[in-house]
Amino acid sequence: MSLTRQDVEKIAHLARLAISAEEMPVYVTSLSSIVALVDQLSAADTGAALPMAHPLAGQSQRLRPDEVTDSDQHEKYQANAPAVQVGLYVVPRVIE
Amino acid sequence: MLHHHSIGELADLLGRKQISSVELTRHFLARIDAFDPALNAMITLTADQALRDATVADRRLHAGERGNLLGIPLIHKDIFCTDGVRTSCGSRMLDNFIAPYDATVVARLKAAGTVMLGKSNMDEFAMGSSNETSYYGPVKNPWDHAKVPGGSSGGSAAATAARLAPFATGTDTGGSIRQPAALTGVTGVKPTYGRVSRYGMIAFASSLDQAGVIARSAADAAVVLQAIAGFDPRDSTSVDTPVPDYRAALQAPLHGLRIGLLREFFDGLEVRNRALIDDVLKVYRALGAVMVDISLKSLPLSVPTYYVVAPAECSSNLSRFDGVRFGHRCAAPKDLMDLYKRSRGEGFGAEVKRRIMTGTYVLSAGYFDAYYLKAQKVRQLITDEFRTAFAQVDLLIGPTTPTPAFAIGAKIDDPVTMYLNDIYTIGANLAGLPGLSMPCGFIDDLPVGAQLIGPHFSEARLLHAAHQFQLATDWHGRTPRGYQ
Repeated sequence: MSLTRQDVEKIAHLARLAISAEEMPVYVTSLSSIVALVDQLSAADTGAALPMAHPLAGQSQRLRPDEVTDSDQHEKYQANAPAVQVGLYVVPRVIE
Repeated sequence: MLHHHSIGELADLLGRKQISSVELTRHFLARIDAFDPALNAMITLTADQALRDATVADRRLHAGERGNLLGIPLIHKDIFCTDGVRTSCGSRMLDNFIAPYDATVVARLKAAGTVMLGKSNMDEFAMGSSNETSYYGPVKNPWDHAKVPGGSSGGSAAATAARLAPFATGTDTGGSIRQPAALTGVTGVKPTYGRVSRYGMIAFASSLDQAGVIARSAADAAVVLQAIAGFDPRDSTSVDTPVPDYRAALQAPLHGLRIGLLREFFDGLEVRNRALIDDVLKVYRALGAVMVDISLKSLPLSVPTYYVVAPAECSSNLSRFDGVRFGHRCAAPKDLMDLYKRSRGEGFGAEVKRRIMTGTYVLSAGYFDAYYLKAQKVRQLITDEFRTAFAQVDLLIGPTTPTPAFAIGAKIDDPVTMYLNDIYTIGANLAGLPGLSMPCGFIDDLPVGAQLIGPHFSEARLLHAAHQFQLATDWHGRTPRGYQ
């Protein structure tokens, strides 16, 4: 199946990615070829197979007791943030 | 020359005070200075910290402490968080990211007394098979600078092959340890899913990612795997099962080992590559192994299966890069949507954006069943077929890659052709199995790898089989011209 420019624009929006007008044709072509590759799966006879939930049979996501194990390190973590004021992450105004 | 010694020999020299860790560290730092401007295997060098760590290691050695890795230098793939050191994951997105803590792999190797020389180059967010998607530029293959080293752990593999460090860490989601190991003539081990902690390892596809080792021999890899394997409560996929003594397992005779020849791996294999794998089989037959023909009929679907599952998980994992809490932020965003879209559009490179969009597409309303659910069913079939095979054989053997290293630029504009590079490695990731690549000869002066795949938690068996092969051959001992 081939994707259209409109398809890719919609996908890029859902993925929150700005794609320039120059880049767009490259993605239309390459994503179409990837979709053609993965479309091979449609011919596979999967019978009664269940979708895999974990690579190791019998394993599931381990849970731990709901206990606080971390200390407060927000200053250390926020050192990597693009914009911080009084311990808060700064973003453009979202409520008028 | 110090850089030709095995980890065991270096530990012995350090223990007998024939050399100091500071001398060893200076030796490898000097090699990085001399060779890396051309190779581009490194993103960040930590020379000052390395010399301080080496001094501490020397103090421990002088106090009589001994360890298999005490005072031994290494390079970490730049996907592992290193406290206080930039951890870029090969991306503009994290170009300024200083990790606030150590990954468990890093912490365990630090505790063992290793000395980090720096962080290695890699495909951006580990998405690539050639190291050309890195924000920091492509890595060159030390065997031929016009060729790729493979990826995504291309910097770790190139650095190990060029003897810039005794070993390096890597990660493998679809072949990212084994494929570059094959293309650069070194030994790479991708452990069982859950064997090595992924805490602090930047996530790409969480049901596939696994940390491992790139070294010059199976014996060296065994020493490193011993230090990093084992349960970690901070990784919810870590499995709490005992770690065997990998080094002790290397020495036993191979007699009676049942090796499965994967028909799907041999059909259509290029004739010279086939001949080299046949030579490997001859060595194993001479060591007393028994060959059994095996067919996994769903295996040819592993590439399309992977290119649904991995991008789907990547699109979810990489949604954390929002330009708010860490990572790249665009200039002067006009609103929050603009901030998200431009920060991500600028911060991610072309291949990462392609994978995120592939994943977004296969998970989107109306397509989820046809792609994601279907792929997970095929994945279950592939896993079941591997399980059936391992009832008959102890391990499987085949090529690691379809061809030796290809030219830089040859495949970068055609993603599907690039993806088919991983045709032999992806199966082990889909089924969570351990795999190992070891050098087995040359085609046109470029190294070729043979791959061993075993059942879950059979790393000791893979290392043993590879070590016995390496006792009988010397492919793993070859050094690229100019790097002796």
